[in-house]
Amino acid sequence: MSGTPMVLADRVSKSFGSNKVLRSISLSVEPGEVLCLVGPSGSGKSTFLRCINHLERVDAGRLSVDGQLVGYRQKGEKLYELRPKEASFQRREIGMVFQRFNLFPHLTALENIIQAPMRVKGIPKAKAIKRAIELMERVGLGDKADHYPAHLSGGQQQRVAIARALAMDPKLMLFDEPTSALDPELVGEVLDVMKELASTGMTMIVVTHEMGFAREVADSLVFMDGGVVVESGNPREVLANPQHERTRAFLSKVL
Amino acid sequence: MTPAENEPLAADQEGEAIKAIPLRHPWRVLIAALLVLTLAVFVIDAGQREEFGWANVSKYIFDKRISQAALVTLQLTVYAMVIAIALGLLLAIMRLSPNPVVKSVAWLYIWIFRGTPVYVQLVFWGIVGLIYPVLTIGVPFMTPWISFQNDILTNLFVTAVIGLALNEAAYMSEIVRAGLLSVDEGQEEASRALAMSWGQTMRVVVVPQAMRIIIPPTGNEVISMLKTTSLVAAIPLSIDLYGVSRGISAVTFTPVPLLIVASLWYLLFTSILMVGQHFIEKRFARGSGRRKAEKSLQPRGPLPAAGDITNIRVNNKSEDKQ
Ligand SMILES: Nc1ncnc2c1ncn2[C@@H]1O[C@H](COP(=O)(O)OP(=O)(O)O)[C@@H](O)[C@H]1O
Ligand SMILES: [Mg+2]
Repeated sequence: MSGTPMVLADRVSKSFGSNKVLRSISLSVEPGEVLCLVGPSGSGKSTFLRCINHLERVDAGRLSVDGQLVGYRQKGEKLYELRPKEASFQRREIGMVFQRFNLFPHLTALENIIQAPMRVKGIPKAKAIKRAIELMERVGLGDKADHYPAHLSGGQQQRVAIARALAMDPKLMLFDEPTSALDPELVGEVLDVMKELASTGMTMIVVTHEMGFAREVADSLVFMDGGVVVESGNPREVLANPQHERTRAFLSKVL
Repeated sequence: MTPAENEPLAADQEGEAIKAIPLRHPWRVLIAALLVLTLAVFVIDAGQREEFGWANVSKYIFDKRISQAALVTLQLTVYAMVIAIALGLLLAIMRLSPNPVVKSVAWLYIWIFRGTPVYVQLVFWGIVGLIYPVLTIGVPFMTPWISFQNDILTNLFVTAVIGLALNEAAYMSEIVRAGLLSVDEGQEEASRALAMSWGQTMRVVVVPQAMRIIIPPTGNEVISMLKTTSLVAAIPLSIDLYGVSRGISAVTFTPVPLLIVASLWYLLFTSILMVGQHFIEKRFARGSGRRKAEKSLQPRGPLPAAGDITNIRVNNKSEDKQ
């Protein structure tokens, strides 16, 4: 018996001015599921992720995380926009990892990790540090706590970024092309951390061009193009036997 | 890199060392020599001219009245800048705020205070104390609830600080705004994704990074402010360095030596400020560039020479294989 889905998108649309970026996206992600989102550049993948943690506002449709409407409160028929404080309260449970890491360069790896737990959740510093060190060890960087991001390789920076997101104890992790900015030889170390995370039952939405990862780790795969979901299903089946011409054309380029 | 690569190569494998004659720069030397010579001639000549009144320079340079006035100038500078930086930061953040009311207020302030001469503003603040001798709080055009003497703008020193600060804040806000805008958007996004509030994002993430961009022009502004304080004569306040040296020369009829005295004091302060700026810049360069990384908190396994990026990668790879 499955309960509420972790993420439920029901005909979600989003435009920037006259540019319709998302057109009626519907999908659901169950707790513990790993969903890979693939598609050509500009198809709206990042925008969709940003909508899930309300960094962007949806124009139409309904988007909810763990049964809660994102960015709005529903009272009867009417929707009320959430205050910034309430919106950020929803974000506490959603971790996000970016293509370009976005670590805070003026803070050490450890300081990067402890900021949000201390300032948002009010966790005492000693406890936050202890947890941060555990997380650093979990991503294989136990000895790099006092390094500034500029002194770490891309792969190490991205692993710190993952640890930083995990420090908030999220129930959902969003990855936006986490390995696209990395030198090829550093991709593996980041994917390994993500695999380990998936194996612990974390719900994950991963935008990626790493089809090997999708085949091996993902429970489902969604192919987006031009702001619509073109095809979705079991990753091994979709990759082996794509039903749509556009999917085939895209896969022939990335595989 | 494998250990083998670090071992010295056999002698016959190494290329011949370069032993070239370094490039000469004869013109640089010549021009420098000429400039030094010219300067020497000027100094010797100036030393012999009556008008410079060197005796008076040495007499007044450590005069109690002058050093006291120098302190006033320094106080005016520091107080005005501290207020201007705080207010400038506030205005810059207001201009970047999503709230249109807040944004317009900041815009209007900058429009007025940057658009009129500081000298005129100082004259104006000097007069305001006369126009509004009594301040009141209450419903407009009714009997006021509270009224009190306008002590603030009748104190000329305080008026000068306020006048200088309000003008400077307009410039500081533009400097701060440029600094805030220089911080990569991904930083704010990452901070918000971590559920930090807008205020926390500014305080913890954006402002500290903007400091690197903000400090050099701010140093410039401090030095500029040091000299702008000489305009407080418009208030009129005459206890600052320039005011006092002018006052003395009006009595002794020796303007040039006192101008030199004042200039030397201004130069002294400017030099001290430049040293201070150097250290502040260093402080906020934290995490940038390839400065030697600090020692690890919990060393584990064989540690590489921290700080060398290639070493870190090497270590990391071998670690992953374990
Ligand atoms: N903040 C924004 N303002 C205007 N247009 C945007 C913004 N963010 C994204 N877009 C546009 O939305 C489209 C989809 O972008 P994005 O979601 O980043 O695609 P993807 O991640 O799949 O490459 C692109 O055409 C992009 O130009
Ligand atoms: Mg993208």
